[in-house]
Amino acid sequence: MTISIRAVEKQFARYPALRGVSLDIEPGELLALLGPSGSGKTTLLRIIAGLEFPEAGQVLFDQRDVTFASAAARQVGFVFQQYALFRHMTVAKNVAFGLDVRKAATKPARAEISRRVDVLLGLVELGGLGGRYPSQLSGGQRQRVALARALAVSPEVLLLDEPFGALDATVRKSLRKELRRIHNATGVTTIFVTHDQEEALDLADRVAILNLGQIEQVGTPAEVYDNPASAFVCGFVGEANRFEGHVENGRFVSGAVSFPATTASGPKLGFVRPHDLTLSVGEEAGFDLHIDRVIAQGPVIQVEAKTTDHRRIDAAFARQDVASLTAGTTIRVTARKAHLFDPVA
Amino acid sequence: MSPQNSTQDPLWVKALVLSLVAAFLVLVLILPLVSVFAEALRRGIDPALEAIANPDALAAIKLTLLTAAIAVPFNIVFGVCAAWAVAKHDFAGKSLLISLIDLPFSVSPVVAGLIYVLIFGAHGWFGSWLIDHDIRIIFAVPGIILATIFVTFPFVARELIPLMQEQGVDEEEAAVSLGANGLTAFFRVTTPNIRWGLLYGVLLCNARAMGEFGAVSVVSGHIRGLTNTMPLHVEILYNEYDFVGAFSVAALLCLLSILTLVLKGILEVLQPQVGARGH
Repeated sequence: MTISIRAVEKQFARYPALRGVSLDIEPGELLALLGPSGSGKTTLLRIIAGLEFPEAGQVLFDQRDVTFASAAARQVGFVFQQYALFRHMTVAKNVAFGLDVRKAATKPARAEISRRVDVLLGLVELGGLGGRYPSQLSGGQRQRVALARALAVSPEVLLLDEPFGALDATVRKSLRKELRRIHNATGVTTIFVTHDQEEALDLADRVAILNLGQIEQVGTPAEVYDNPASAFVCGFVGEANRFEGHVENGRFVSGAVSFPATTASGPKLGFVRPHDLTLSVGEEAGFDLHIDRVIAQGPVIQVEAKTTDHRRIDAAFARQDVASLTAGTTIRVTARKAHLFDPVA
Repeated sequence: MSPQNSTQDPLWVKALVLSLVAAFLVLVLILPLVSVFAEALRRGIDPALEAIANPDALAAIKLTLLTAAIAVPFNIVFGVCAAWAVAKHDFAGKSLLISLIDLPFSVSPVVAGLIYVLIFGAHGWFGSWLIDHDIRIIFAVPGIILATIFVTFPFVARELIPLMQEQGVDEEEAAVSLGANGLTAFFRVTTPNIRWGLLYGVLLCNARAMGEFGAVSVVSGHIRGLTNTMPLHVEILYNEYDFVGAFSVAALLCLLSILTLVLKGILEVLQPQVGARGH
């Protein structure tokens, strides 16, 4: 199912949560809504689910206008941040709920429901735990129950609000793989909200980056990382050293820092990813870095350094390129690639 | 001497505090309770039973039970609705509604009774209209029930509002997103989550409904055999120096309260087990 969001606006008591957001989600896609807290990403997800309604704009499911359709009518599966499992029901009853509340005409037979519950609990690897209560499960297990419960109604779209937010790092990583596997197995269009850029880049087919109620960029993880559309995206997705400066005679200059630039002259914001800094050879123009700390992490050597005017810089080099780097020494570097943006007024 | 940590007070402090509490409890709670039963049974069990079997006493008992049987269900329905509206929704005038729910706790019951006399009494706002249509509210059973509903109004709602606020709306939203309509979500998700708090509120509400004196006294008119509830009957007997009768009916009221407390105790024992599963 294709989901189209057209110029959606949503206002909360004091501040606008969404300011003219438009977005198309392709059938079978796994899309991440990425942004800092307060960017409107959860509001957008809840509007798609029918748990909030916009002041302006439209939500279309396959050209069908569902802007003001109730959540119950939309056939969406929603996984809540705190899971929202029914605490007085067993795991099996939780998963069966969506089928159980159907009207007699469309309600599957009891045996069929219990068969489906078993299949779903198997899918999320919780077979045999159907008789437990939510309070008897770990956080990761609850998350899986919430997922199985949402999938039980065979939703046309699966929506997840910060699905891994409440879990510790190890469980988070393994559940991430799990979600990818379940997405591949079911093929259901999936949208998830996250503030964790690593999670979004790792899991999603495409990432929509929100800031202050607007979409800054939509693209594949590679696109948003390699070709950020705005200074915000560049600073938010992946690590980057940020410089305020200006372009003059084909060079970006910011205090002691300078590197080649191809944009027109004028004041600019410059971003350089740590691994885009390279050692400058011979008399080639560059800038000096004083190395504070060297961290050897497998194939990459990370360097914490300072410019000559005492600004902190993170750099990363391939191990084979830099034979020996030691703290306390000075190196000369240049930027092999930089992202330059006009400063925001 | 055993090692002490900072949270352990010396033995004599503990003993002193505990005996103070115990002495206070005996003086204020247990002694009066015992004296009620002692006075009732002063001349043996037969006069006490006779006093209860007296037709006026039986009428008072019946009226008390009837009042509770109407006031409590009404307050369950209203309390659940009000708590649901306040805890799960945002609307203009919400804080005003919360204050209104609390009003019966802050207003003296006598004033509450007077309000009804002012509205429905012979010289009240609707007085002449009611007389024309031969509807009796004040100095009749409807007035007693209205006054009782007023004073017991907050018990259920007050018990449920914090509980429902703490539980939030996530589970209801989950139910709706799974295709449940509002009513289904309410009966299959909201109600099971509040049943223990609700029972607790109902017991408190019931205890107050049976024991209310002030508001009921104003609207009742004290017509023997017709508009006397148990607390009013106790007062009448006492004023007539029928101490055995007064204390016998009082003892029966006490027994009803003790029954309520025992039920409450049983609930509290049951709740953690189910709660552990449920939370």
